[in-house]
Amino acid sequence: MFYREVGQFKSTYAADMAIFPIRQDRIGIMAILAAAAVGVPLIANDFVLASIMIPGLIFTLAAIGLNILTGYAGQISLGTGAFMGVGAYAAFKLASAFPQVNVIVWILLSGVFSAGVGVVFGLPSLRIKGLYLAVTTLAAQFFLDWCFVRVGWLTDYSSSGAIEAARRSLFGVAISGPEATPLSRYFVVLGLVVFLTFIASNLVHGRIGRTWMMVRDMDIAAELMGVRLLPAKLLAFAVSSYFAGVAGAMMVFFWLGAAEPSAFSISLSFQVLFMVIIGGLGSMIGSYFGAAFIWALPVLIKFAPNLFGVEIQSATVEHANSMIVGALIIFFLIVEPHGLARLWAVAKQKLRVWPFPW
Amino acid sequence: MDLLAAIFVDPFVRMGTNPTFLIQVIWEGFVSGVLYALVALGFVLIFKASGVFNFAQGIMVVFAALALVGLHEAGVPAWPALAAAIGIMLILAIGIERVVLRPLVNQPDIILLMATIGLTRFLVGLGEMVFGGEPKVMITEALGIPTGILRLPLFEKNLILKEIDITAAVVAILMVTFLGVFFARTKIGRALRAVADDHQAALSVGISLNRIWVIVWFAAGIVALVTGIMWGARSQVSFDLEVIALKALPVLILGGFTSVPGAIVGGLMIGIGEKVGEIYWGRLLGGGIESWLAYLIALAFLLFRPQGLFGEKIIERV
Repeated sequence: MFYREVGQFKSTYAADMAIFPIRQDRIGIMAILAAAAVGVPLIANDFVLASIMIPGLIFTLAAIGLNILTGYAGQISLGTGAFMGVGAYAAFKLASAFPQVNVIVWILLSGVFSAGVGVVFGLPSLRIKGLYLAVTTLAAQFFLDWCFVRVGWLTDYSSSGAIEAARRSLFGVAISGPEATPLSRYFVVLGLVVFLTFIASNLVHGRIGRTWMMVRDMDIAAELMGVRLLPAKLLAFAVSSYFAGVAGAMMVFFWLGAAEPSAFSISLSFQVLFMVIIGGLGSMIGSYFGAAFIWALPVLIKFAPNLFGVEIQSATVEHANSMIVGALIIFFLIVEPHGLARLWAVAKQKLRVWPFPW
Repeated sequence: MDLLAAIFVDPFVRMGTNPTFLIQVIWEGFVSGVLYALVALGFVLIFKASGVFNFAQGIMVVFAALALVGLHEAGVPAWPALAAAIGIMLILAIGIERVVLRPLVNQPDIILLMATIGLTRFLVGLGEMVFGGEPKVMITEALGIPTGILRLPLFEKNLILKEIDITAAVVAILMVTFLGVFFARTKIGRALRAVADDHQAALSVGISLNRIWVIVWFAAGIVALVTGIMWGARSQVSFDLEVIALKALPVLILGGFTSVPGAIVGGLMIGIGEKVGEIYWGRLLGGGIESWLAYLIALAFLLFRPQGLFGEKIIERV
């Protein structure tokens, strides 16, 4: 009724294979983009922008990266945090070595470095599968963590061991460093994330994406049908690490402003993995849902008692937070193992057939 | 050339000139290996019987030890507190089976893995809320665990053995023997092995999967409690202990997910390997290589034997 594609005929194969083949979807996505570009900056204050929207979008990008690897290509990875770290350190080194080049160029290039590292740690994936592979990706996590702490060259031998985002600007407006306003950072982050989502979406809808899905569903069968496994799996690792690396670079430059090695620890990897699972494996929109859910939930829980005028100690809130998030993750896995993306699909179907039950 | 000498010659020279120290290092590695093996044992028990990769084993160790110490601090004598801690692990096992495992039966591996990570978050929050976040001291004396130090003269020097480490090793050996006998000789043990072999066949001969799951989670809980006591007595009982779960993972892939002997051999190999590597080769890389050396050993190993040391051969069909 509300969402009915009756009368929308496609006369070309390209139109049929479009990412949004239905007119309502195209209108909807335009409306959401307009709301994100115009509506959010008008309504939201600096706090919402800086601590919900910006990190939410950055985590979305990381989740898209992991979703390509785990959701589309079927390789479980617990090293996303470290790959984000590689991107962050690469962007930091590049931006401080060549300050005259625009920082956005370096942020987009930093992903190439983490893609390279991702390929190296993806090499075992040809022999090792499933949960065993997940454990070997932990090797990447711990080894890179150790590098961030021990290799002074990465931080330009700073005494604190942390990297800091220098002041950089785009068209004369500060976009990173202490002077940058949340609003300008938000626009840059939004632009980059939308652009990269578009690229990722095209990748997974094309030949490469179908190859990945064949590998995910059964790699031996895929091999028999002529998919070369090593290039397919390594490409998945490379693309996934690229997105994670760019997300890590953006995390330092546009969100935190400075980062210690512990920012890229294993808990970050788990957080991104949660986003992918809760959002829905193998779904772009799911990455957005998952990131929004996992990132916004603790913030909401933190401030919910204040809304009802209840005073609770912050330590108790912290513990309750951990418990509630843990319980909700289990709850969601039980109720909908296919994630929020499936709920979204079900809702669309209901809208399509309403007022009839099917 | 210097570098090659530093890698291939110097460490062995140091080992040769001070054999007592080498044995000391190996002993230290052996003891931490025993504890890794215990954590890995908890993983293997659960993985065999229910196919769940239980990431929460580490937090179960912390939780069990905290329950014991917390009860003792609240005024319960040591032995009743131990019994109560075992009771808590039983309640936990039943709760996990009811709330988490039963609704998630037949889901893919990764979903079950995520559920146990969610469980970890939940238990961390619960533990901190109930017992507080600050480190606690394990009630070693009250439980009658010896804490002295033995000095063995060896090659004109003294080998220093902590009695608590010896106790840990003995307890671990006893527990593994007990589990081995339990698996081989009792009715429940036979049912457990049947479930591990084939879920459906086990169901069809009338073995209740749900009951078996409770039993293995409870067994893993007791293993966790013992690990918690031993590890807590060596350092402190705090949430930092949770990371030993991550240390146990390379042990698992080295030994194979489904093999009890593999967990033990893997644990000892990793424990000794990382101590020796850290002491004799760590300096070359600036130290702290313990955190990833185990993973590298396991990774290198997996490339040649993807199923681990004692794992069943992986056969793939289209």
